[in-house]
Amino acid sequence: MLEISQLKASVDGKQILRGIDLSVKAGEVHAIMGPNGSGKSTLSQVLAGRESYTVDGGTVTWQGQDLLQMPIEERARSGIFLAFQYPVEIPGVSNAYFLKAAVNGVRRHRGLPELDAMDFLAKVKGEMKAVGMKEEFLYRSVNEGFSGGEKKRNEVLQMSLLEPKLAILDETDSGLDIDALRIVADGINRLRSPERAMIVITHYQRLLEYIVPDFVHVLAEGRIVRSGGRELALDLEERGYGWIERAPAKGAAPAAESAR
Amino acid sequence: MSAAQPWTEAFRERAPSLAGAALPWLAETRRRALDRFVAEGWPSARSDAWRHTSLLSLEQENFVTPAAAAQPQAAERLRAVVDALREGDAGHWSVFVDGSHAPALSTPGRLPAGAEVASLARILDEAPERAEAHFGAAEDGYSPTALNTAFAADGAFVQLRRGVAVEEPIHLVFVGLTTQAAIHVRNLVVAEAGAQATIVEHHVKVHDEPLLSNVVTRIDCADDARITHLKFQQDSERAVHLARIEARQARGSMFASHSLSFGARLARNDIVTRFDGTGCETLLNGLYHVDGKRHVDHHTVIDHAEPHGTSREFYRGILDEAGRGVFAGRIVVAPGALRTDAIQRTDNLLLSRQAEADARPELEIYADDVKCAHGATVGRIDESALFYLRSRGIDEERSRNLLTWAFAAESLSRIGIASLQRRARSALLGRLPGGAALARALEELG
Repeated sequence: MLEISQLKASVDGKQILRGIDLSVKAGEVHAIMGPNGSGKSTLSQVLAGRESYTVDGGTVTWQGQDLLQMPIEERARSGIFLAFQYPVEIPGVSNAYFLKAAVNGVRRHRGLPELDAMDFLAKVKGEMKAVGMKEEFLYRSVNEGFSGGEKKRNEVLQMSLLEPKLAILDETDSGLDIDALRIVADGINRLRSPERAMIVITHYQRLLEYIVPDFVHVLAEGRIVRSGGRELALDLEERGYGWIERAPAKGAAPAAESAR
Repeated sequence: MSAAQPWTEAFRERAPSLAGAALPWLAETRRRALDRFVAEGWPSARSDAWRHTSLLSLEQENFVTPAAAAQPQAAERLRAVVDALREGDAGHWSVFVDGSHAPALSTPGRLPAGAEVASLARILDEAPERAEAHFGAAEDGYSPTALNTAFAADGAFVQLRRGVAVEEPIHLVFVGLTTQAAIHVRNLVVAEAGAQATIVEHHVKVHDEPLLSNVVTRIDCADDARITHLKFQQDSERAVHLARIEARQARGSMFASHSLSFGARLARNDIVTRFDGTGCETLLNGLYHVDGKRHVDHHTVIDHAEPHGTSREFYRGILDEAGRGVFAGRIVVAPGALRTDAIQRTDNLLLSRQAEADARPELEIYADDVKCAHGATVGRIDESALFYLRSRGIDEERSRNLLTWAFAAESLSRIGIASLQRRARSALLGRLPGGAALARALEELG
């Protein structure tokens, strides 16, 4: 589904990704962990197409297409969804307008009829209930004045409405208390399916108790230095990132090797 | 030949037939105003208040003074313009063509007892004592205001007796018909204690020819009066629009001004209010859009002359192509004006590399125990917001249009009256790229 090969990227002339290799198949959930500054968020932003990052090398193949050549909105319509670590506030644009424009953009691309206002509202209200959002949030400006938890719920709401094929969750757990975390994780788990892949980026193991990954990768200094099963996450929780940063970097190792 | 000579000649010719010409106080005021204009001429960049907006080019232009009677052959076109504007609204509508009241086009509706909307020319002819104290002086404003004072003989005279509240907005429509006309309109709003009304000036075009529209609107708010003034400036793109909106506020009064400047080649708005009593409130809200080589300038003065006054001031500009926007906001807090609370903000969105914005706050604070804050920004479309929208599958062009609209929406949200907010919205969307599609979608979601 997604093949990342030797991906290198920089921002403002500073190299951040130094050769990432990652292969994600439909139905898989990959967790990417790593210390601050290791390039986790950069990877997610590069995959979504943020133009302030420069791709310096490598390839990304998405459903047989060259992802790096696709404009941002094409990536989204073809099924890539990035749940932002810091969702952007957009004063003056109502959440309802935003969500409807997004949903219909994706539906057009998939050859589905656009939803009219009534059908859209019926659908969105149902999804909002599921992520514990009050209806009033529809008529507020996108993310404006939302608490950290409300913003993250809004991200999960968007994800469930857009039904992506690949969801990239960038530190979706940051800033959430335990109740909000559970609701957000439930929302994500409901979307797990054999057709859908997920990349879960997180600094802490905590989120992975709720969203159990099939694979865990550790990113350090712009490279994946360890790959393994979910046990790797527990190791990291116990021992911190220091032992990995000191260990010689190897490419993505097969899962079995890095088991405890 | 002096640059002012055409005006002196026009004055010699017109003055005897202007409404109220026989009133000594008015004849004297007009004569002194003309003398002042002749002495000062059009403002140039040499004067600090006109640094970015010189009117010297007007010296080169020959304006005509339109005849008072509307041309009958234009009646149908005018009727169509007014009807399109009214959108079937039954409220209070007064229409002025080339600066003169056009009763045949006006539908003043039924006003509550104690509220009156009349032609200023008629008041000057029939009951000039009612206008005298409110008319203004030769010294008011800058030289274009003096020119207005010399020539203006008509406009709206709105009087609201003590405690009268007019529910529906009072609409005043100004249409310039004669090509190259110099139109001098004077509106007087006299709100007695506790009176409330919303006055809307529509400046609309019936053709794309050049003209000069020079409007002075004076608003007197007695104790506890609440007056909202809203101006839709949608003049011809070859017109020059000059406006002075001057309020005087007595104790506990509220004045709100919304200036929506979407038309004209060059528009200059001087919006001024003075607190003559304690506990006054004012809101100055403005939104402008310029493209091509158009130019818009807002100069405001809020004079906190008395204590416990609150002022809020928000101007936003959308500047496209080689458009230019100027804002200068002066806030004066007089000695003893304790507990003054003033906030001023101006934000400009540049949509092109050639567009330019100048913003200048001027705070003169002579009192202690006051809260005054100001801020100015000039920027482009926010890249993170653009990325966020596009990452949800909304294409780039539509995302940009949406963010441009959102920037303006904040200004529109301050217009408290739903029907006027809707008008402002459709006027703006009529100008913005992708506006028609946005309008449909917004309508649908309510």
